[in-house]
Amino acid sequence: MTQNVDAIVVGGGIHGCSTALHLCLAGLKPVLIEKDYAGRHASGVNAGGVRQLARHIPEIPLSIRSMGIWENIKDLLDDDCSFESYGQVLVAENEEELAVCRARVVELNALGFTHEELIDGAELRRLVPAVAETCPGGVVSRRDGAANPAQTTTAFRRKAQQLGATVREGVAASNIRYSAGLWYVDVGAETFAAPVLVNAAGAWAGKISAALGEPVPVETVAPMLMITSRVPHFIDPVVILRGRKLSFKQFSNGTVLIGGGHLAMPYRDRNETVLDWKSLAISARTVFELFPVMRSATIVRAWAGIEAKMKDDIPVFGPSSRHKGLYHQFGFSLHGFQLGPGAGAVMAELIVNGGTQTRISDLGIDRFYSPTL
Amino acid sequence: MTVAPKREDYDVVVIGAGPAGLAAAAISAEAGLSTLLLDENVGPGGQVFRAISSTPVTDRNQLGADYWVGADLVQSLRASSAEVIHRATVWSLDRNLDIAVSVGGASAFVKAKRVILATGALERPFPIPGWTLPGVMTAGAAQTMLKSSALVPDGRTVIAGQGPLLWLLAAQILRLGGRIDRILDTTERGNYIAALPHAFAFLTSPYFAKGLSMMREVKAKVQVVSGVTELAAAGDLQLANVSYVASGKRETIPADLLLLHQGVVPNVNLAMAAGVEHHWDELQLCWSPVLDASGNSSVAGIAIAGDGAGIGGANAAIVRGRIAARAAVEALAPAAVAKLASMATLRADLAKAERGRVFLDTLFRPAPQFRIPSGDTIVCRCEEVTAKDVLDSVAIGATGPNQLKAYRRTGMGPCQGRLCGLTVTELMAQARAKTPQEIGYYRLRAPVKPITLAELAAVPKSEADVKAVVRG
Repeated sequence: MTQNVDAIVVGGGIHGCSTALHLCLAGLKPVLIEKDYAGRHASGVNAGGVRQLARHIPEIPLSIRSMGIWENIKDLLDDDCSFESYGQVLVAENEEELAVCRARVVELNALGFTHEELIDGAELRRLVPAVAETCPGGVVSRRDGAANPAQTTTAFRRKAQQLGATVREGVAASNIRYSAGLWYVDVGAETFAAPVLVNAAGAWAGKISAALGEPVPVETVAPMLMITSRVPHFIDPVVILRGRKLSFKQFSNGTVLIGGGHLAMPYRDRNETVLDWKSLAISARTVFELFPVMRSATIVRAWAGIEAKMKDDIPVFGPSSRHKGLYHQFGFSLHGFQLGPGAGAVMAELIVNGGTQTRISDLGIDRFYSPTL
Repeated sequence: MTVAPKREDYDVVVIGAGPAGLAAAAISAEAGLSTLLLDENVGPGGQVFRAISSTPVTDRNQLGADYWVGADLVQSLRASSAEVIHRATVWSLDRNLDIAVSVGGASAFVKAKRVILATGALERPFPIPGWTLPGVMTAGAAQTMLKSSALVPDGRTVIAGQGPLLWLLAAQILRLGGRIDRILDTTERGNYIAALPHAFAFLTSPYFAKGLSMMREVKAKVQVVSGVTELAAAGDLQLANVSYVASGKRETIPADLLLLHQGVVPNVNLAMAAGVEHHWDELQLCWSPVLDASGNSSVAGIAIAGDGAGIGGANAAIVRGRIAARAAVEALAPAAVAKLASMATLRADLAKAERGRVFLDTLFRPAPQFRIPSGDTIVCRCEEVTAKDVLDSVAIGATGPNQLKAYRRTGMGPCQGRLCGLTVTELMAQARAKTPQEIGYYRLRAPVKPITLAELAAVPKSEADVKAVVRG
């Protein structure tokens, strides 16, 4: 039997869950379909960075929109998501890197964005006392912070369900088709129909868009993270490096998360990743050099979450270029977690109002199709 | 002395030098395969033959004849060309058979054509009220001290639980002059009836006579309370007393040391982290790897032998080690197979060694109240999560152990679920009216044992890095 709903959201990552929730807030009844469980992949196991810092310019408006939601996340979800806001700091390890930082901040200011602020060595050491003496400065985004990704994604799903979303976990969406103004999707023995379909399937979204005639240059990646045992508190902000691949965050329980984008080998269709320890060793060496206090900490676990990375590192976000009622929300390219709350809100506006005040025009899928064709 | 592996590639890497690993490595090396045996302990033997080449206990009767079987296995291994490294902690194994091992504070990477996991067993968690108090320890930990250092308890000691190892430990403590004030036997009375249909196989197994005489030996010297249905440890910062209910009567006795044991379960962490498929064993109440008759797992090239393949005891472990090694020889050096015992002979040996196991598993199946705690009893020691915390999370939407991490961080501490995993699975299964198989288990990750950041930072750079530096 076919169940009619207002929208079908495919993918239970933070994006799908946030969109489902915001559709509920707008009075719609969506179904959320997740082949595993909400937050099983990148959304639940990423570094949890809530970062406006160092973003691609086309996605800054979405990031700023999202930040406003993060700052009131408990009001939205009845769950604090372990969100904390001690800023994020981009560290320049030498004068050349600092010059690049300076140029970037000037460029952003010229565009009217003021969230990134150039800092000198003294301010850097005030914010991050443990950083090596040789670092001359960097950039800070003071409202940034971090949250617990699994807790956050779970909270979005839970709240969406409370507000009336139907949630199907453990069975993949299949047989996606369009007929007489409605999208149809099978979920096991069930079929859902709706005028709106949101493709938020993460690493699996490229397959869906290609099957619907909109292939995009996307690959499946699995950025690796590792976490240490508890060490005495020594750092508040999230730290990322300008030159080398490293992100660094100490949680309130003392454990330290080390990431930065070194990649594992993903086996997408087995839900599996194989870690590359020689690359993780590079991260360990970077931490060893920059934070001597970390040298005796132990690594207790490493992992990688599977996600989609676009060739141009910018998400695919907005209506389909071919099909009425189809919307894409994927390809967040290793930096989608912070965007989740805002992207869900904006997606709901696109669906319900047909437009949004948040500038997303550079994120559309049509950027991959030459206008002359 | 601790040295790193001599080569980067081996035909066979055996992990664990208990009965299965010792037997497997010796056969593999004798057949001419380049063989590396990696073991975490200071010497060969695993738990059952712990300190076999170094124990200060020289009177053979005190540790029993079964213990000294290990000496022959060690001798065969030493006569072979297998490279053996002790104090070697394997902290990563993946489906490409890449192995990361820490030896003497430095990590090395080796690659194998075949891996035989012989990581043995762990003691089943025994989550009773107060089990985290100082003064409460596992029987296995007590046995380790006894075998390695001839140390036995001399304070007021209570042993609680059930299973063959409990009686063995009690006998060993008494023979070495240790003190045991009382044994609290938690075997469910109904288990005796359930086990009866399997009794014939047991009666004709080698365990029977040995087990019976050991129990007699212990009961002659110690007060044994059977039919214990409730158990709790209590004290301020330190164990002060043990209270229990037997035959409906509650009693509290003062104690300095409480040794807990309710059987062993496969040590699955390394196999699970490598992606090996496991299933819930409803008889043994634990996760066991899915294996074919030669011990091959769902990951090509990884075989599992010994108690890590499902609890079978030392004799079965030796045979399973030989079977897995023979399968490796068949695959990598078929010409050498002729010299080995035939698979048919080995399988007959295994059937013999496993005789009576179903009886033991049925008789010593731990009671639900000792596996599935309630209220304020700690489930996850690393993160201090109670049974009630778990149930509260289930009530607001946690569906399985991995989802629970988002609520309570269970299994995310240094032990990676070794002390809470089975409890969490069974507790959530009961709360959600599902089977443990449906509920599942933590996804386990390397490093399977923690390594220091400094050690990881010091690993040799990859070839690509070296090239990048050379090019400048």
